[in-house]
Amino acid sequence: MRSTEQLWEIELQPLPGHPDRLAENVLQSLTDLGFSSSGRARAAKSYLVAGSMEKKDAERIARELLCDQVVQQFAVDKVSSESVLQSTAVEEAFYQVLYKPGVMDPESQSVLGAIQSLGLAATDCRTVRKYWLSEFPPDQLQWLATKILSNDSIEQLVIGPLPFQKLSLGQTYTFGLSHVELLSALDEKLLQISRDWQLSLTLVEMQTIQTHYRELNREPTDIELETIAQTWSEHCSHKTLAGRVHYQDENGELKFNNLLKETIFAATQTIRADLGDRDWCVSVFKDNAGVVRFDENWNVTFKVETHNRPSALEPYGGANTGLGGVIRDTLGTGLGAKPICNTDVFCFADPNTATESLPPGVLHPRRIMKGVVNGVRDYGNRMGIPTVNGAVIFDQRYLGNPMVFCGSVGLIPNGKTNKQPQAGDWIVTIGGRTGRDGIHGATFSSVELTDQSEKLSGGAVQIGNAITEKMLADVMLQARDLGLYNAVTDCGAGGFSSAVGEMGEGIGAEVWLERVPLKYAGLSYTEIWISEAQERMVLAVPPHHWDAFEKLCSSESVEATIIGVFAPTGELTLKYQDHVTGRLSMEFLHGGRPPVVRNAKFTPRSTDPQTARETLAQQNPEQTLKKILGSLNVASKHWIIRQYDHEVQANSVVKPLVGVANDGPSDAAVVRPRLESDRAIAVACGMNPWYGDIDPYHMAAASIDEAIRNCVAVGADPDQIGILDNFCWGYTDRPETLGTLVRAALACRDVSIAFGTPFISGKDSLNNEFSYIDREGSRQTISIPSTLLISALGMVPQAEQCVTMDLKQAGNQIVIVGLTGEHLGGSHALLETAAARLGKPPAVNVPRARQLYRQLHQAIRRGWVRSAHDLSEGGLAVAAAEMSFAGGLGVEIDVAQLPWEDVLPATNVARLFSESSSRILCEIEPQNLAQFIDLFRSGTTAVCGQVTAGPDVIIRDSENILVQCSWQSLKHAWQSPLDWK
Amino acid sequence: MAQPRVLILRSPGTNCEIESAYVFEQSGGISEAIHVNQLMEKPEILRSFQILCFPGGFSFGDDISAGQILASWLKHSVMDALQEFVASRKLMLGICNGFQVLMRTGLLTPNFADGAAATLTWNTNGRYTAKWVELEATNHNSPFLRGIDRMYLPIAHAEGRFVFRDDQTADRMEQAGQLALRYASNALHESPNGSQREVAGICDPTGHVLGLMPHPERNIQRTHHPHWTRLPADRRPDGLKLFENAIAYFK
Repeated sequence: MRSTEQLWEIELQPLPGHPDRLAENVLQSLTDLGFSSSGRARAAKSYLVAGSMEKKDAERIARELLCDQVVQQFAVDKVSSESVLQSTAVEEAFYQVLYKPGVMDPESQSVLGAIQSLGLAATDCRTVRKYWLSEFPPDQLQWLATKILSNDSIEQLVIGPLPFQKLSLGQTYTFGLSHVELLSALDEKLLQISRDWQLSLTLVEMQTIQTHYRELNREPTDIELETIAQTWSEHCSHKTLAGRVHYQDENGELKFNNLLKETIFAATQTIRADLGDRDWCVSVFKDNAGVVRFDENWNVTFKVETHNRPSALEPYGGANTGLGGVIRDTLGTGLGAKPICNTDVFCFADPNTATESLPPGVLHPRRIMKGVVNGVRDYGNRMGIPTVNGAVIFDQRYLGNPMVFCGSVGLIPNGKTNKQPQAGDWIVTIGGRTGRDGIHGATFSSVELTDQSEKLSGGAVQIGNAITEKMLADVMLQARDLGLYNAVTDCGAGGFSSAVGEMGEGIGAEVWLERVPLKYAGLSYTEIWISEAQERMVLAVPPHHWDAFEKLCSSESVEATIIGVFAPTGELTLKYQDHVTGRLSMEFLHGGRPPVVRNAKFTPRSTDPQTARETLAQQNPEQTLKKILGSLNVASKHWIIRQYDHEVQANSVVKPLVGVANDGPSDAAVVRPRLESDRAIAVACGMNPWYGDIDPYHMAAASIDEAIRNCVAVGADPDQIGILDNFCWGYTDRPETLGTLVRAALACRDVSIAFGTPFISGKDSLNNEFSYIDREGSRQTISIPSTLLISALGMVPQAEQCVTMDLKQAGNQIVIVGLTGEHLGGSHALLETAAARLGKPPAVNVPRARQLYRQLHQAIRRGWVRSAHDLSEGGLAVAAAEMSFAGGLGVEIDVAQLPWEDVLPATNVARLFSESSSRILCEIEPQNLAQFIDLFRSGTTAVCGQVTAGPDVIIRDSENILVQCSWQSLKHAWQSPLDWK
Repeated sequence: MAQPRVLILRSPGTNCEIESAYVFEQSGGISEAIHVNQLMEKPEILRSFQILCFPGGFSFGDDISAGQILASWLKHSVMDALQEFVASRKLMLGICNGFQVLMRTGLLTPNFADGAAATLTWNTNGRYTAKWVELEATNHNSPFLRGIDRMYLPIAHAEGRFVFRDDQTADRMEQAGQLALRYASNALHESPNGSQREVAGICDPTGHVLGLMPHPERNIQRTHHPHWTRLPADRRPDGLKLFENAIAYFK
């Protein structure tokens, strides 16, 4: 007899004596928020399994599949029955947390599949976390229920038993074509349509669309309007930076027709033209990632993306899908590159911020930080891609807008770098199914966050499934090598609408939306088209390769579906069950957007070096050094790094943490993409928003210099470094804010050309501001500081010549390469002792820096450099301390020896803590010292100390001791702040 | 004998197959990465291989618990072929996630009617941890571990804490020489994940099936060692010997 459909609950809890991890996490979160908790928590995990199964079947699933009986016990019953293992005591509050309908629950999908391995048939599955809380004061219970147990942008919290007896999701969808009444709308109505539909289109853009449809003499359908909005969004088209800008500063006026083209792209073009035959750029600013030559047969790709807004609302999911997205950029570059390493750079507010001081709608920075790190960890580790380089910046202005930059480097055969869909190719989607996730992510990411965002934009937040993407990558790279498709791109912001629209731009495309595989029924044709569901790629597969392609995918359980055809019509035609739901000319879609015209203005701030040096001169240098080492920005990030797999693929050459105890801060990571070759790449970054508070030009210049310097310090060839820009700015409609961006872009152009270091890719994220109503009822806005991340990718000719920053041997000499000046503006010494940004920020002398880096590279290739470390935040004192404790050796430095260059006379605070650019500290064996020094032009280097076997870091000015303390104590100061358990 | 053939078993989420295949080839074998779907379709392909390697990764996302879903598929579809492989005294190696899979198939530990003899569960610190550890090899009868006393290798896992069902089982396995690899105890390094009896890897009673949490395939080149810039250039990487041993066993 067939049993009827049942919903079983299988509950797991730790056996006595084993840790209750779920409950511990909850208590830890309370502690993180500053509560000293006296309450008790216990927890369990449940799987709800639906199917025509009897209780003995459910028990078998528990015993054989779900429960690890060495450490867990289980109970099985109908959902929410009294007899499920953990009965609720009278004094306990009972909560259950499950994903909202439609949110990806990767584990439930796996479980559903695994139940088949037992020969049983389940129809659906969901996972539930259960919590029993007692003895918490009411205010803590409130926090727990509303903020800690669940995140209401993706999860639902149920108090007491679950209010359902079956799992069901979706409903049947009945087709009905809908139009938007645009032709007769007045301006006010146009704006209202843009708002109501979350299109984020401006009045001029709406008017342009209206004019277009008046010419066509018909109303647009909803799907057409959505497609235009996605394609024209700031996120997809970068209309501000690619727009017209009228800029004004102390040097006069500049007019740009396309800011990006005339600054950053132009720099790259100039460099490529200068290089001529030696041009090593392969594809820049046109594909999903920049591509440069690695060796005769291989190229490397690099792209860095931001995922800021989703991470503010749901840090785990936001960062998780942020990394997943940029990895798909790599997979979607050329005919598909293999991801070989990841980078991660974050900006947060202080994780020790008092909970009661948080504005409404803001998650606690510690929670954001933990969620973001976990999100990156779980995606990168699962994909089997080492996360090798990163940085974390702390500043209170990131409170409402944390920054999450995820980078991905790929390796691609030379012959697979170009792609072109052909008319007649099938449009094929592979990977994940389409659901209602992430709808309006592209338009959402282009608007300012408010304290209401977490309520309004739930659909824009998603959870990724790294294994789906790994499976997709596995088959795609095999298909690439078999030549089974002509083009590929990722499904990112805008979903199919962007992916198909872009691929078909030069041809035309017809899409059959009802064929798209769905996670659940009920999606309208428009939802299918603009859904940003994760882990999907779109390919152009010629019909004669379809069978082979499909067979390859299914052999590894990857779903591949034909959803349309690239038809040579010059039009994008969207059909649903033979109804034409949209017909757009590619020309209007991609060329019709009216140019954005903006004003930009920059007024230089006065610098005040005198006050800066006087402020610092009052401080004890040893205390200042310890403060800087113990500041969040400089402190060891091992709590993060140790959670990332940085050695999978066995390509690691220089790790993020180096030295005798594997805990010194490396300047850059080096990976060897091909195990059989000694050629390698270095990956590094540079970023300093505090210089930008004084002058964004110097900020950009210093960041480029730092990123290049970090690569050179480990052994990269300074003539083979490519860089990426990520501009994250505030509200750029404001001329003053856009002015700082233009100023930074001008520096990017100048410095890139002067270094001969091309930009190969970039991305921007604008309008990063957070608004809320404060306790007095007035509107407050927090804008992020102007934030420019420069990421660098350098070629390392021979992995075995790389250098690490840890001191190697007592008796070796310390040489400083580069000149020091009075550059304390925006320095960590000032930030940490006076919370001030006074003074002059570093300025880069690029021709000299370029020469120094070339000379240093020669020395490294000759094997003369035993260790090298870049001088950046905290200057000489911090660099010397880090080299010392990383090597477990003492060091003695005499600052009187430093080559000094400034109109102001040298002071000891400046020698110790100035952040002058283009400086590297090197350890040289005595027998190589003379020839090392001879490589450089006189006056640009100096012997300034030596490595000792003693326990101390000693810094003196001739006879006068400025700092003397043990490297152990400095290491302790550096490791403590973020040594989270 | 001809070059030994090594089957590197892939599955959704496996991610160390390339370097694992590479090191077996460097050691003189012929590696072939095969997807578990293919093995389940034709279990008899196992007969043409001498070594079966379960590489690291996150098979099926490590959902439920690490290695569990792949193990469940193997147990219910190719267990006979796996047992035949072991019975014919061939070699089986599980690294990290591969070790977790092997544990849950029951091929490594004594059998009990009511659950497993031991398990690999969450690290004491509750999170994924990547770091280098010093290991001691205590079973020199296992073909994999001949001539190996110590190895310096990286771990990279969240669920690597080895837990026995009870002390008697632990004693029994210890006496049988099954606790083949231990995290070396020294003053500086505490056990990295809280494993009982510092277990980092175990073998079956014959020593022919070995599972370990650390990654020997990540210390096979000079530049893999985290201190390589401090060490002599001619130092042999610690992880190589284990793979060379496996190949040598068939020669």
